[in-house]
Amino acid sequence: MSVRELEREQSPKQAGLGPVGWLRWAWRTLTSMKTALILLFLLALGSVPGSLIPQRGVDPDKVARLYDESPALAEWYDRLQLFEVFSSTWFAAVYLLLFTSLIGCIIPRTMTYLRELRRRPPAAPKNVTKLPHAAVIEGGPSLEEAAKRLRGLRFRVVTGDGWISAEKGYLRETGNLFFHIALIGILFAIGAGSLYGYRGNVLVVEGDGFANTVAAYDRFMPGSQVSAESLEPFTLHLDDFTVSYQVAGEKRGQALDYTAHLKVNDRPDAPARDVELKVNTPLEIDGTQTYLIGNGYAPVFRVTDGKGQVAFEGPVPCLIEDKATMTSGCVVKAPDAQPSQLGFLLRFLPTSVPLTDGNHASAFPGELNPEVQLLGAFSGDLGLRNGQPQSVYELAPPETLKKLKPLLMGTAVPKPLAVGQSVELPEGAGKLEFTGVKQWMTLQVAYDPGRLPALLFAGLAVVSIAASLLIRRRRVFVRVKGETVEVGGLTRTEGSAAGFAEEFADIVKVLSAGENDVR
Amino acid sequence: MSAEQLAELSDLTVLAAVLLYVLAMIAFATELAFGRFIAGKTAARAARPVRQPVTVGAAGDDAVKVDGAAPEPVAPESAPPSRLAERAGTVGLALAWLGWAANLAAIVTRGLAVGRWPWGNMYEFVVALCFAAVTAFLLTQLRHNVRFLGAFVMVTATLGLGAAVKIFYTAAGPVVPALNSYWIAIHVTAAIIASGLFAMAGVAGVLYLVRGDGMSRLPSREDLERVAHRAIVFAFPLWTFAVIAGALWADRAWGRYWGWDPKEVWSFITWVAYAAYLHARVTAGWRGKAATVVQLVAFACLLFNLIGVNIFVGGMHSYADV
Repeated sequence: MSVRELEREQSPKQAGLGPVGWLRWAWRTLTSMKTALILLFLLALGSVPGSLIPQRGVDPDKVARLYDESPALAEWYDRLQLFEVFSSTWFAAVYLLLFTSLIGCIIPRTMTYLRELRRRPPAAPKNVTKLPHAAVIEGGPSLEEAAKRLRGLRFRVVTGDGWISAEKGYLRETGNLFFHIALIGILFAIGAGSLYGYRGNVLVVEGDGFANTVAAYDRFMPGSQVSAESLEPFTLHLDDFTVSYQVAGEKRGQALDYTAHLKVNDRPDAPARDVELKVNTPLEIDGTQTYLIGNGYAPVFRVTDGKGQVAFEGPVPCLIEDKATMTSGCVVKAPDAQPSQLGFLLRFLPTSVPLTDGNHASAFPGELNPEVQLLGAFSGDLGLRNGQPQSVYELAPPETLKKLKPLLMGTAVPKPLAVGQSVELPEGAGKLEFTGVKQWMTLQVAYDPGRLPALLFAGLAVVSIAASLLIRRRRVFVRVKGETVEVGGLTRTEGSAAGFAEEFADIVKVLSAGENDVR
Repeated sequence: MSAEQLAELSDLTVLAAVLLYVLAMIAFATELAFGRFIAGKTAARAARPVRQPVTVGAAGDDAVKVDGAAPEPVAPESAPPSRLAERAGTVGLALAWLGWAANLAAIVTRGLAVGRWPWGNMYEFVVALCFAAVTAFLLTQLRHNVRFLGAFVMVTATLGLGAAVKIFYTAAGPVVPALNSYWIAIHVTAAIIASGLFAMAGVAGVLYLVRGDGMSRLPSREDLERVAHRAIVFAFPLWTFAVIAGALWADRAWGRYWGWDPKEVWSFITWVAYAAYLHARVTAGWRGKAATVVQLVAFACLLFNLIGVNIFVGGMHSYADV
């Protein structure tokens, strides 16, 4: 006999707790109120790092920065899944345990509730005037009349020999149960949404379009059950993007309104329709929502290379450096330039004003006097053809940048270019022309089939929690002794007695009033 | 009146409200200081079953005697309070109502000056929050005697308005396009009312901890707990609604109803913490002190969410203008 067998033989006798017993014990512990409380605390506590540590889903740039600044710490954060707290296994463990505990709590309570629903109010006590709330009515109504009036007040009424027992407020428990069921519903709706839904971001410049396909997105975050074919096949074209700004006062320069004028084809063969897309009013096409979430400038450049040929022409979306003035940093890359590739670092100033020190700065986010400042011009291999992905907002990775040959830098840089102006590069390397200004917008496209169920369950949760917290169970007993009617009342809900005195007084009033007065 | 004048008037009425709240606080404090001592737990229980005969008007001569328990057991009827205390309490209440009116005027004029709902930045939000807390107190006072809370609610409101004026002040002006939505009326209003009620519960909770079980000028612990519980019972569904309305708005504005933005995370934490309080109250061994501590932790989460997140954390709700 092995040690384990010995143990197995002995343990049931010792503890009287077999595997079934242990399971029962575990279930009972899990579904106890204390465990639920601890799990609630853990859930709250577990959410805290989600707000203090940058989250990949919310702010991926900050996560990347943390990796740069303190890689060791970032490594640990990553190991503990602290960059994705809300999809981490430990967070899931807490809420799944909590919801199991919840279900374990709901099932027996539903049973009790159903039994309770069918049970009639108990018989009235002998002396109803000893109850917390009591009144005596001289010359009160008859037993039948009193019962009728209590029914009129929507009490559940039972009558006996000279007594009435009435109860009301069953919705309290109904609300409580439905609230907890609604919470489970919300969890499932969110789960369904993250499995079958998707989200994507895309940047569109004025005059350009977007077709809702996986390849067209700059960033695409599909749920695990989303296939490329399931995307709603709409296309849109950005005709014009307008922003209005506050022009005077302390809030000068604050954006007041963004409008994207779009042409939208709901499906490939559908006719185009005009749509004005604004913040707070998404475009909805068959359950797929398109949101306007960002905007910026895209100055248009033409680069002519050393051989006199146009090596690049088009708008360049710039990264906003200062939100208040929309000062933006731009990168122009001309990998087709001959004899060597050309690259430019520029700063875009939507409303350029000269400063006393000879520099220029933007004074207003609107496009009043757009100018671009050339910060540097480079020639050499930009490293675009070595297969490594590169950011469009960065001229080249640092190691490649070092190998480039600076053509114009520092003090040699000419003063800012207005639209139509150009700068000749030294040694006949080429020419950069600033030909116009366009704007870009960023869109978020989202499809979430869990939205509506989540909303319905959330609505149910609000209504039922209000019912569960604000309705009280109360009982009223009446004993008729000839002309004297004794009334007694009590609340069955702990901590809710405060307001019952008034209601009880009202009930007594109804019972004692004449027939015409019955409310 | 022009928008500038209205804005100026709003700034002035905020200052008037601060002044009136300070005076009300002094009056309420005087009432407490010269009021009578109230025994702790056990004695209060014994003192309570004083029944008030209530005469209910009925047809003819059938006068009905209702032998109900005192409607609000918060102020047990024992030795009559000193006249000075009583008068101070009345004055305090009058001053509090005046301050409340000034606070309301400040909000209304601000709203008229900017032509939108006047809770678009931290300053406006905190002013509205103080108003909600004082309203919660004054409305409760209409039905139940909770004057003992007065001094502490006034301190809270004064500090809140003071911080709003000194730290968060933002000149009247338009808001960013994302805030231009009718949802601000629904979501933020619900959050403000709920927070005002939570604030009152928080004040009662602090008093609960400060007050021992012995003799004190403060009402008994049970009564303080009851006030806190009632406020939370109203505030919790409202807070639930505020969070869900926020999710609806986020769905309109940002393309997802829930994205674990820091503000969302903390309103969730606050919600869970208050849910924990409601559960703790009905769990054996947690009633009383432990539940009150939970309530105060939840209130701390609420405050951090309202103020801390805007200042220290940021995220998509950073409209604070601080």
